Amino acid sequence: MDREKVRVLLSGNEAVAHGAREAGVQLATAYPGTPSTEILENLAKFPGVYAQWSPNEKVAFEVGMGGSMAGARTLVAMKHVGVNVAADPLMTFSYTGIKGGFVLVSADDPGMHSSQNEQDNRFYAKFAKIPMLEPSDSQEAKDFVGIALDISERFDTPVLLRLTTRISHSKGIVELGSRKEYPVSGFDRNVTKYVMMPIYARKRHEVVEERMEKLRKFTEETPLNRVEEGDRSLGVVAGGISYNYAKEVLPDASYLKVGFSNPLPIQRIEKFARSVDQLLVIEELEPFMEEQIRGAGIHCRGKEFVPNQGELTPEKLKEGLVRASILSGLTKEDLTVQKAGGGFPRPPVLCPGCAHRGLYCALNKLKADVLGDIGCYTLAALPPLEALHSCICMGASIGNAIGVERVVNPKAPVVAVIGDSTFLHSGMTPLLDAVYNKSNITVIIMDNRITAMTGGQHHPATGNTLMGEKTKAVDFWALSKALGVDQVFTVDPYDYNATLETLKRAVILPGLKVVISRGPCVIFPKKVRGKPYRINLEECNGCGACLRLGCPAISASEERTDKGLAKAIIDESLCTGCDLCAQICPIDVIEAVG
Amino acid sequence: MKNGVMNVLIVGVGGQGVILASEILAQVAVNSGHDVKKSEVHGMAQRGGVVSSHVRFGKKVYSPLIPRGQADVVLAFEEAEALRWAYYIKENGRLIVNRQKIVPPIVATKKGSYPEDPVGQLKKAGNNVLAIDAISIAKDLGNTRLVNTLLLGALSSFLSLKDEEWGRIIRVRVPKGTEGANLNAFEKGREVAWV
Repeated sequence: MDREKVRVLLSGNEAVAHGAREAGVQLATAYPGTPSTEILENLAKFPGVYAQWSPNEKVAFEVGMGGSMAGARTLVAMKHVGVNVAADPLMTFSYTGIKGGFVLVSADDPGMHSSQNEQDNRFYAKFAKIPMLEPSDSQEAKDFVGIALDISERFDTPVLLRLTTRISHSKGIVELGSRKEYPVSGFDRNVTKYVMMPIYARKRHEVVEERMEKLRKFTEETPLNRVEEGDRSLGVVAGGISYNYAKEVLPDASYLKVGFSNPLPIQRIEKFARSVDQLLVIEELEPFMEEQIRGAGIHCRGKEFVPNQGELTPEKLKEGLVRASILSGLTKEDLTVQKAGGGFPRPPVLCPGCAHRGLYCALNKLKADVLGDIGCYTLAALPPLEALHSCICMGASIGNAIGVERVVNPKAPVVAVIGDSTFLHSGMTPLLDAVYNKSNITVIIMDNRITAMTGGQHHPATGNTLMGEKTKAVDFWALSKALGVDQVFTVDPYDYNATLETLKRAVILPGLKVVISRGPCVIFPKKVRGKPYRINLEECNGCGACLRLGCPAISASEERTDKGLAKAIIDESLCTGCDLCAQICPIDVIEAVG
Repeated sequence: MKNGVMNVLIVGVGGQGVILASEILAQVAVNSGHDVKKSEVHGMAQRGGVVSSHVRFGKKVYSPLIPRGQADVVLAFEEAEALRWAYYIKENGRLIVNRQKIVPPIVATKKGSYPEDPVGQLKKAGNNVLAIDAISIAKDLGNTRLVNTLLLGALSSFLSLKDEEWGRIIRVRVPKGTEGANLNAFEKGREVAWV
């Protein structure tokens, strides 16, 4: 039956989910992380696919490996830094190879829109000696999933599908297809393939090198790499989003579009280079292709005019090309561009009513050194709260605090703050370290019962799975006790004075302390709204205590006190009624409305 | 429309509905027969911070990002954001500004100050500005939540997209029961733009 092709507008992430659906993926795993999160959220909706959040990327990867070992087509998704967490199994999975097709989706974040670094994960493909595909738009994002799985099965290897923020979160038109099923063949006891003890691992390393040899032939032939003939004076090698920026700025040049980027099609690049007057390599972040092309003795230009920091944009590329005299001067259009009016700060902030706010106010009172972690609560580092003093990677807060406390005799209390999802991701082992090595720190688990920053995903303490089933919810108190923490406290961060008193008591106690701060997220899974509060403008003395909470609902009004201080005002449409400001107000002039 | 591509940048503050507005525009462009690309940023950047969404449509669109200085229209849901993003407007391009000021908490702590009369500044700099007091008009229509469709109505009068598709997509995307009110607000936005 002929059906009209379905054409829909999809983000790269939605397209990857559809690609996995069409290619018969049966198992999909991930830990949420911007810009990768929506891949699994969408996959979980499709019949025939089992999708799950794992506590972290390493576990997600290992569960996915198991699915592949048992013969199921498998997709594992994570953000770029998540691959660092999963790097251990990745490096050896390259040795064992797969059974069911296996694709690892790495969503990189050039420009660090929502990340702690902008590492270029293309190097992981080279490092692990696995093939890599880089889609340039949503249609390719969908199509490349199935192609990656075919390559995975043909060459017995995991495959890296590398996205970037602008691929993941840009929408484009995609033509959809129907699902093809691949029966699961079962786990084989193949010890020489799957038991990576030295005697077998050495053999598998040989297999890896033979595979690379075959892939070097494949990359020269695959249509994923293609030449687009244009003006011969300029030849551009580009892949991923950079290809589209290049097409925008240099529409008439000749192109070698690289969709399969590890190993690189060096012979084709060489031939292409001979066919053009000048070879340009246009790539975002690191000179991944340029260095290899130069290494092969092919003359090219690239990073001298394309920055290796930040997100590439069409205008950055254009400016670079003008600077390198590849494009002649800026056009009238470029020069009439007004100056950016971006001097005005509007940093992201904790939501009105966020449970973290009260806890941070208490920590500020204690003048604690606060080692922080990854999540919404990292925003407390910014003014006006400025209550968090480090943020490195998932779970780092506890280990960092142990180290700080060990080497100095601290004047201030040493505190680690870590969210519930982050604690379950990578906080349990450093907490065990603190128990084992008799650390005197205070660890605060900021339990808002959701993975909030990425948009409200479930985790092992929420009692729900990605597929919408009820499940066991981890109890942080029992977990801390089981790890050997003797002193465990629970606070309600909406009760400011009680929280402050408990923290005061906890930080001076010798030994390790865990404080569980329990206040559900105010926007996920559903918006929390209570009776709004109002400031009595007549009586407000303009002290600014409530303004220093950094609540988006509170601002300075036009009214002034006799001393000329601005009186504060609450936007009742934003206020959730958490009443923290009312508790903080030294003269008690903030009250519930009505 | 450079190279046959129309560029619309929609900007505002997290929570104002910038993303939904751009979703509607992009879908109308698809249904009007164009190639479409659209891009915005999620995650940490959205928590009460600056939100921008790029929508491009035409015969063939490559970059999902609008090159600086090439936006045919910038639609700003907030005044200071209009000032921040005005440099995206091309020569003779159009700037639509919602007359609303959202002052972030940082201003109250004196670590930043809200710009003085953004709309005045933008006009003085020679921009083709259409400032709309959408909240007041929406209030008159009976619901301040109609601001977004009203602004889309104003935007639509500068774009050659199919009228019936605007109606169709708005009907699908707005909450059930509010379809009539939203379509009314959309028409009101068009009127305002023509005056």
